[in-house]
Amino acid sequence: MKLRVLYFARLRERLGCAEETLDCAGSTVADLVSLLQARGGVWAEELATGRAYRVAVNQDIVALDAALTENAEVAIFPPVTGG
Amino acid sequence: MKIVVQSEAFELGAEVDALRRGRTDIGAIASFVGLARDMNDGSDVAAMTLEHYPGMTEKALAALVEDAQSRWTLLDVTLIHRVGRLLPGDPIVLVVVAGSHRGEAFAACEFIMDYLKTRAPFWKKEETPEGERWVEARASDDAAAMRWGKT
Repeated sequence: MKLRVLYFARLRERLGCAEETLDCAGSTVADLVSLLQARGGVWAEELATGRAYRVAVNQDIVALDAALTENAEVAIFPPVTGG
Repeated sequence: MKIVVQSEAFELGAEVDALRRGRTDIGAIASFVGLARDMNDGSDVAAMTLEHYPGMTEKALAALVEDAQSRWTLLDVTLIHRVGRLLPGDPIVLVVVAGSHRGEAFAACEFIMDYLKTRAPFWKKEETPEGERWVEARASDDAAAMRWGKT
């Protein structure tokens, strides 16, 4: 399915990408993360198991087993530090 | 209810006045102002830049105010968070909660800040003598949010 993926803050800088549109064969957030990890390099490093990052689907923070939907807006970002 | 993400500064007194204007049912107003500091983790901080996730930020702030309203009877809430480049001493975030009595006003004000710290998509980048660095999330913020229990 087609997804719009956004990256923020330290991850955006480290991955060198603010936004992309991609096709994901899987149906969960974990499938998308696997697809991104398979790119190797900083992608594999930053999204490795145990690294602290958050994922939001359509602007709600979700767990890795959450379902993806066609044309969903997915965002991947570091733990938040506002306030 | 007023929830705003803005680059401009805010003024505590003006926001409190606006919230209580024309009302005589409010018995208590609790407020919190978060400020940019000149020092963090042992380094001088010359300035910081706040990035956010437009769209989700507004949604997340509205959700945490709604959560506060489901826990306490509140008469009104103002929540303002700034983004962009800020200097030491600049105000970053404002929470004003009005209630009939102080108990719910104090509690809701603290709750909103604790939840904001772990749920609202803002990120701080500091300018230090050693260069720029992203602020790391603190485990103590997670602990502060946890003590309010699951929603």
